Amino acid sequence: MTELRPRIPVVVFPGSNDDRDAQLALERLGADAPLIWHNESSLPADTAAVVLPGGFSYGDYLRCGAIACFSPIMRAVERFAAEGGLVLGICNGFQILTEAGLLPGALRANASLAFVCRDTAVRVQRCDTAFTAQCQPDQVLTIPVKHGEGCWYADPDQVAELDASGQLVLRYEEGENPNGAVANVAGVMNAAGTVFGLMPHPEHAVDPMLGSTDGSLILGSLVDAARLSTPLLV
Amino acid sequence: MRATVLVRPKAGILDPQGQAVESSLRHLGFAVNEARVGRVVDLELDAADASEARGQLERMCEQLLANPLIESYEIELRSDT
Repeated sequence: MTELRPRIPVVVFPGSNDDRDAQLALERLGADAPLIWHNESSLPADTAAVVLPGGFSYGDYLRCGAIACFSPIMRAVERFAAEGGLVLGICNGFQILTEAGLLPGALRANASLAFVCRDTAVRVQRCDTAFTAQCQPDQVLTIPVKHGEGCWYADPDQVAELDASGQLVLRYEEGENPNGAVANVAGVMNAAGTVFGLMPHPEHAVDPMLGSTDGSLILGSLVDAARLSTPLLV
Repeated sequence: MRATVLVRPKAGILDPQGQAVESSLRHLGFAVNEARVGRVVDLELDAADASEARGQLERMCEQLLANPLIESYEIELRSDT
């Protein structure tokens, strides 16, 4: 029996550079992951989830993600999200989702002002989401970060609200925070549980040769959820 | 019409660039107690009058030039060409 390969397009913005890694990882995990150019105005038919990859869209000019969120494809991504479609933003993709208002908070320059590129230990705060279902409760994942502007910020009231509603899904372990993010936040989900953004790069941790396979738990969870969300036509 | 938009990190928001500048200035011997680093956008735009220009500039700031969550902005309009 052939398992259904859910369609999870990866959007390519000018300056994206992790698009093909994301595509490769998703396809190895059982998805059909076509690359889609940001100038397209619609998502491919049968799209079950969308990934906004890492990189430096529009050279990070003005603010990271600020210009990419006006790309034509983002209107389609917003419609898809509004209908309850699953959207994952990785690093620059996370920045774009916050700029587009699909995720709370903002991503600012790292507190150190240095570009940080290393493995981080992040704790999964809950496993009952479309993005973490393959993880164990409280599991600590090793996933690399590589960014200059990953310092997530929201004001204290908003942080408390997001914490109470379980939206701060991924947090750096104490002492592992690479960028000064408020409340050690590494990844945030929207209230509906359908849009998720994170600074660490799960697509760079899907093969033992890369030092960790923990990223496949995040991406694999998304592939599973996408599979369930697709009408079983085959 | 010409305008200058000043975008600043909001009060209370950590500004590591400002801190680095402050510390550098202190190393140079200046008695600087605080430095905050923002951004300047100089614009030339078509508008019938100042109030239309101001309206356009407000929308530019809200939509793109500033992120209201973390940044404040200030608009300076100049009547000189």
